[in-house]
Amino acid sequence: MEKVAEYLKIERAQEWRGELRKSMKAKERTSRERVDMLERDPDIRNKNIDEVNLGLTEDMALLEAQRCLDCPNPTCISGCPVEINIPKFIKKIDAHDFLGAAVVLKETNALPAVCGRVCPQEKQCENSCFYTISLKMPAVAIGHLERFAADYERESGKVAIPKVAESNGIKVAVIGSGPAGLSAAGDLRKLGYDVTVFEALHEIGGVLKYGIPEFRLPNEIVDVEIDVMKKMGIKFVTNFIVGKTASVEDLEAQGFEAFFIGSGAGLPRFMNIPGENFNGIFSSNEYLTRVNLMNAANPDYDTPVLSGKNVAVIGGGNTAMDSVRTAKRLGAERSVIIYRRSEEEMPARVEEVKHAKEEGIEFMNLHNPVEYFADENGRVNRVRIQKMELGEPDASGRRRPYPIPDSEFEIDVDTVVVSVGVSPNPIIPSSMPDLKMTDWGTIVVDKDTMQSSIPGLFAGGDIVRGGATVILAMGDGRKAAAGMHKYLQEIVKK
Amino acid sequence: MNKIVEKEFFSENVAKFVIEAPEIAVSRKPGHFVIIRIDEKGERIPLTIASSDSENGTITLVVQKVGVTSAKMLALEAGDVIRDVVGPLGEATHIENVGTVLCAGGGVGVAPLLPIVEGFKKAGNRVITVLAARSKDLVILEEQMREFSDEVIIMTDDGSYGTKGLVTHGMEEVINREKVNLSVVIGPAIMMKFAALTTKKYNIKTYASLNTIMVDGTGMCGACRITVGGKTKFVCVDGPEFDAHEVDFDQMMSRLGAYKEQEMEAYENYLKTVE
Repeated sequence: MEKVAEYLKIERAQEWRGELRKSMKAKERTSRERVDMLERDPDIRNKNIDEVNLGLTEDMALLEAQRCLDCPNPTCISGCPVEINIPKFIKKIDAHDFLGAAVVLKETNALPAVCGRVCPQEKQCENSCFYTISLKMPAVAIGHLERFAADYERESGKVAIPKVAESNGIKVAVIGSGPAGLSAAGDLRKLGYDVTVFEALHEIGGVLKYGIPEFRLPNEIVDVEIDVMKKMGIKFVTNFIVGKTASVEDLEAQGFEAFFIGSGAGLPRFMNIPGENFNGIFSSNEYLTRVNLMNAANPDYDTPVLSGKNVAVIGGGNTAMDSVRTAKRLGAERSVIIYRRSEEEMPARVEEVKHAKEEGIEFMNLHNPVEYFADENGRVNRVRIQKMELGEPDASGRRRPYPIPDSEFEIDVDTVVVSVGVSPNPIIPSSMPDLKMTDWGTIVVDKDTMQSSIPGLFAGGDIVRGGATVILAMGDGRKAAAGMHKYLQEIVKK
Repeated sequence: MNKIVEKEFFSENVAKFVIEAPEIAVSRKPGHFVIIRIDEKGERIPLTIASSDSENGTITLVVQKVGVTSAKMLALEAGDVIRDVVGPLGEATHIENVGTVLCAGGGVGVAPLLPIVEGFKKAGNRVITVLAARSKDLVILEEQMREFSDEVIIMTDDGSYGTKGLVTHGMEEVINREKVNLSVVIGPAIMMKFAALTTKKYNIKTYASLNTIMVDGTGMCGACRITVGGKTKFVCVDGPEFDAHEVDFDQMMSRLGAYKEQEMEAYENYLKTVE
């Protein structure tokens, strides 16, 4: 940690940074208003899959970058799970060196264009920004600037390939190509390892491809970042399920010396209420996978999806917002969120809730489904809902919802998406009886090194956390890569 | 990319494919299935593995034309490639020596039944196999079944081969004749439903291998969920074999029909493109 603080100090002391700081008075910087990102018109965007956010113009980015005070103690960095050198990249923008800013991002973040789009910055870096903490003013738009730098680099056609250490010939396997796996793979490759990523699906990217919709994270953006990783020398194998196609032991026999498991949150949770298996009721995983990964909404593709006129989405997380906004885009006349707590407790990003409302999504907060009904063909046609009220805080710190007696009523629906969370994917754990698991089916790891109960095996992301965010998974991947490096170097020395 | 090394028509709408898949060929066990996607625009469908050859690195699948994807598959020839093949998926059949095993297969369900028949025979069981089809030319894999069965009973709807009658008639004939310790049934949902009702009457433990709609096949989406013993189960990771007496076959049939309209429309459009 001290080494990092020392490094940040040295970086900050560089002449160009000092000059930039002197070039404008702090008062002038803080007198600026935070920039708002350009967005597509809600009534147009809710009928197509074009990306909602349009990014910042160069002028907007420059003005916003000037707001950053380049603090001596940059608290923002501690709010970032992958510890991006935030003031440095922002000052690179301030200095008109946009490509340089992108290089800084990639020092610690394998997927900056992704994070600039999907991170809950308001809970992380921006929540730790000097403006938020001390000035009680809107934070520097760190997320917007991250996206700007990454997009500028991509659109310039001059995408920098991160430096890779000389190959050490040690083979390591990364299981799962979602954010945790990609982040681990990037760091391991930079350290000189021979990295192979194994992916169960036919596409690389995990939840970035099957889960997050095109209107929030275009696949093309993900593909460019993956392409960079390929150019770094990382190998990708699709249609390969470790634990099924071949076991960890089989891969050890092929020379792999350490493993990172980032297999994600496999099993969708249902509520186990009557009628939940009627046709037209999906898990959010299924609904989004059909539309995002399998292109079900495009008639040229073979995969179908049931897209109703009256869609109810159960839940209040980002995945619920993605599902309900997808339903609107597939032609729903009424697309409604049913959430058992109030908006205040919603786990979704503030921006997603705002965008959903702008697009005409209805919110039935403090409501919970209790039973589904179907027509003669078995297709859901009504849901019975009860009203809820909030009581004392529960283990998550949020106020626990209680049903209000005699408050039940029914609404018409023809499609329901259940988005109440996921459980860890059981395939790898069930293939390794010695692997220590929690009662919730997550892998037990050392929180600093991400090492599991089996020494050569590390894990991170939702298989450890049970359902979190892209950036937390990426933070785990980085930590695990460092842990694996330490573990492997000790073996090599022996 | 997986190459088709051999293709053989069993009947007009049913064909056998031998496909290069070296890792799967080594790791698969009876009861396992694969998910395939024919081309870039294709859907992901599950197919149970009929047999494998670990030396040549191939697996064998038997496909019946029922919709767009299976029609596209049947149009492929030896030398063509399938875009994606992933597996082996699901839990393998629990094979042990129980005494006498009554295996019943209907239609193309006979193909995934073959490795199970083989497995139970090699585990030392007496194996009696009932093969059911609409007519003589739709009876498949009879010879291979005879190799691993102590007795094979053929039932056809029209009486053009074997005995005229339903699969359940053949099963009951055996049950009334001798002690059966276990039954395994694979075929269309309606056939499995009635086969299960038959064995339930005689209190014979019965497994059914279910072929539901799937997307990822790894437990991620829940498209394949069914009710077994009052609880929701995922066919892809909890199955594909379940206690047949506990399966809600009516719900399963309803769920299999979830996309009936889209499937028919897509098939009509497909036929126009090939004409």
